[in-house]
Order: sequence, then structure tokens, then C-alpha cells
Amino acid sequence: MIAWIDTIVQGVLLGGLYALFAMGLSLMFGVMRLVNIAHGDFILLAAFAGMALVTGLGVSPGIALLVLMPLAFAFGYGLQRGILNFALGRDILPPLLITFGLSIVIQNALLQIFSADTRSIQAGALVTASLHLGEGLAVGWLPLTIFVSAIAVALALQWLFGATRIGRAFRAAADDSEAAQLMGVDNRHIYALATAIAMVVVAIAGVFHGIRTTIAPTDGPALLLYAFEAVVIGGLGSFWGTFAGGVILGVAQSIGFRLDPGWGILVGHLAFLAVLLVKPNGLFPKTR
Amino acid sequence: MLTTHNLTAFYGDFQALFGIDLEVNAGEIVSIIGANGAGKSTFLKTITGLLKAPHSAVRFEGRDIGGMPAHRIAQAGIAMVPEGRRLFASLSVEENLKMGAYTRRPGRFDLDAVYALLPVLKEKRTQPSTSLSGGQQQMAAIGRALLANPRLLICDEISLGLAPIVVKEIYEILGRIRKEGLTAIIVEQDVGMARLFSDRLYCFQEGRVSLSGRSDALSHEAISKAYFGV
Repeated sequence: MIAWIDTIVQGVLLGGLYALFAMGLSLMFGVMRLVNIAHGDFILLAAFAGMALVTGLGVSPGIALLVLMPLAFAFGYGLQRGILNFALGRDILPPLLITFGLSIVIQNALLQIFSADTRSIQAGALVTASLHLGEGLAVGWLPLTIFVSAIAVALALQWLFGATRIGRAFRAAADDSEAAQLMGVDNRHIYALATAIAMVVVAIAGVFHGIRTTIAPTDGPALLLYAFEAVVIGGLGSFWGTFAGGVILGVAQSIGFRLDPGWGILVGHLAFLAVLLVKPNGLFPKTR
Repeated sequence: MLTTHNLTAFYGDFQALFGIDLEVNAGEIVSIIGANGAGKSTFLKTITGLLKAPHSAVRFEGRDIGGMPAHRIAQAGIAMVPEGRRLFASLSVEENLKMGAYTRRPGRFDLDAVYALLPVLKEKRTQPSTSLSGGQQQMAAIGRALLANPRLLICDEISLGLAPIVVKEIYEILGRIRKEGLTAIIVEQDVGMARLFSDRLYCFQEGRVSLSGRSDALSHEAISKAYFGV
């Protein structure tokens, strides 16, 4: 019994990481209808960048993340304003093709710079420290930190979109970009801000991922898949929906791993398929 | 306040406007009438920056604004109530109004002033904009445009799809604002309303101005001729 509770708890905490993966993806899609095929690769890029900062500057992962976040913001802004804005239009194909190309470029660049060896971000005691909650139940400090961070990010994004002038502009531009222009919204700038914020979330997700597990340059597509599944399970339109999707995916995978170590990922995919069959709009869709 | 000189507009290779000369003076209400496809909406698109225009073909308050991006023109003080209202579907009524104030232009219209003018919006402020009736949506769209504190207000076919009694009510509200000083371009399908409400009138026909003059001085016959191009 306790073993199953433990499984669920670990799954929920894992879901926090998946929620972090997913929220950046869902943000970009929500504001600009842009599916970023390179999303997983950006997470990897952030993980490797975080690792380079830790080893290069000799600082803790936390400091490295604080340094990385503004860099990610600038990177996202430049990426959208300089490249992706030109791909946006009525056709859904150009952004897919461009981000697919970016995915390949990033993977090969990482391979070139870091080689194919797997490695991870050294975080010392945090990786193995755990909190004992009672009879046979313990949660790691790292998964707990990741989960709490995911909640903080979801709260922050929900606040940004729901209660601020910029958030209203994001939603208005998503509804009707021409009418938004009539209101004085500069779409090029707004889209760039959205991607910039998404990249900050990606940076957080990447660094946590790099601490939690070993990373290799070609891991990107798998992460994109988890992010995508979490978004679909949760439904479009709210960050809490995406968060729930991540948690559900995490729990499904955790149950799968408990049943058989080879089934973990598969059960996650099966849960995703089940949701697609039964509720294709996701479990908590808020719009469209 | 606004003048266009030999304004042309193209959709790709298709020419929609063939040299429009039009002017709106401060404090005037100018109406534009014409059949569907005459070029009225195209004209408004060039004024508001949604369609490219030659740089010096449109002058607003002493500045050439032809070809300027729409968000800069909105910042300069031109606000439009778009055809079909185009409220933001995923925003509440109040959020839609707040979007009107995005440019943060100073002026006498703030949220309270708009609610005073259009009390039904205050009642429904937290509801999704899609839950309003057609007339209420039109009022919301007008309120949204007013919150931009524009120098020039443009109303594109605000009577479209609304019952006559609702149209009357809306023009009554516009009339109240007018007393405090309003410069506006009104594009209307309802010729009678256009003549009644405006100081001067332009008739568009196949991308050209076919008639212009003081609204109270133009005969019904002259307008019919110009409208249909007979």
C-alpha cells in the first residue's frame, strides 16, 4: 500500500518537471499558434549552458540558473524577433520547418561542443538528500524543489496572463492579431516577449533536468514529446491545465515503472493516447 | 485634421482605390457611404495602417502617416470601431475595454467615464465578451475605442446586423459624446442615418469618390446616382 502511495507521490513530483517542460511550449503555442519543434532541444541547450556555467564559473547550479535566466530571455527575444516572426503567417508549415531545422542545428552544435558523452550538472548533496515523511515514505529534496518551482512558475504565468496589461495584450493578439494592432499592440514586440518568457521557463526546466539526470546532446526530441503530451493531456488555454497534464503524465509513468522498469515511458504514452481518444481537447481545456 | 491626397490602395495586383481625396476637419463628423465593394473598408484600412499606402497620401495632424504600422497610428490618436466589432473573444468585457486603453493616451475617457456612458457594460463587466447581445457588443466596441482617447474616431458600419431601435440608441450615445467635441468618420450602410448624423458626406463608388458635400445639402436623387454609379 505504502509502496503505491510512494509511487504516486514520486509521479506527482516527476510531473512537476514535465509541467516545467510543457509550460514554455504551451505559452508559445497559446500566444502565437507556433509549435516549436526545437523546444526539447532548447531545454537541452539550457541544461548544457547551465553545466558550462557551473564548471566554468565554479558556482552552484542556483547561481548558474540566475545568470542563465536573463541570457535565456535575451536569446528568446532575439530568436523570435530575428527569425521566427518572419515565419509567422497564415500557413502553419513554415514555423514547423524552421524550428525543425533549429532542432537539428542545436543537436549538432551541442554534439560538436560537448561530444556525445553523457554528463550532468553537479549539485552536490541536493541530488540525493531526502525528506522523510513517515513510514517508508520519503521524498527527495530535488524533486520537491522542482515541483515547488513548477507551481511557482504556473502561478507567475497565470498572474502575468490574467492580471497584467502585457498578459491582456498576449491574449488579445492570440484572439485577433489585427484588432490588437488597432489597439496599439506591436505584435512583433509582443511575440518576442512571449518567446523570451518561454525561454526563461525553458532555462529553469533545463537546469533542473540537467541536475536530476544525465544529459546528452540528442535527448531533445524525447523531451519535446513529454512536453507535448503534457500539453495535450491538460488541454489548451490555462497554465494550470498544462500543469495538471504534466502531473498526470508523471504519475502514469511512475505507475508504469513500478509495474515493470521497461514499461514506464510506455504507460505514459498509453495515458496520452487514452486522453486523445476519450477527450481530444484535453482534460481541462479553457478555450477554443 | 486628416487629409488624403490621391490615395491609392492595392491588394496584390488588384487596385481597390483610385486616388481618393478626402478631408476631415477638427470637430467634424464625416460620413462615407457606398455599396459593398466600393472601397470604404479598404479606405479605412489605409488610414489605420492595416494596408500599405503611399507615405504622403495620408496626412494626420500635420504628419504624413501613409504606410506607418497600425500600432503607431493608434498611438498617434486614430481609433477604430472595426466592422463586425471584433471584440477579443477570450477576454471579459472589462478586459476588452482595458485593451482600448493599451496606448495609455491621456484624455477624458477612462473606465469610469465609459461605464457612466454605457451602464450596461458595467453590469456585465466580468462576463466574457461573447455573452453580450449584438447591440451590447457594439457598445463595448465603441467604449473600447473611446478608451484610446482618440483625436479621430472611426466607426465602420456600426449599424450592421442590429435592429433599428438598437441603432438609434447607439447613435444617441454617439450624439452625446459629439456635444463634447468629437471628430469622426462614420462608414454606414444606412444612408439615412449617415446623412442625419454627419456634417459632410462622401460617396464611394468602385474605388473613387463619386459625390461629396454637406450632408444636409445633397439631394436624395444625387446620392442615389452617385451610390449606384448611374
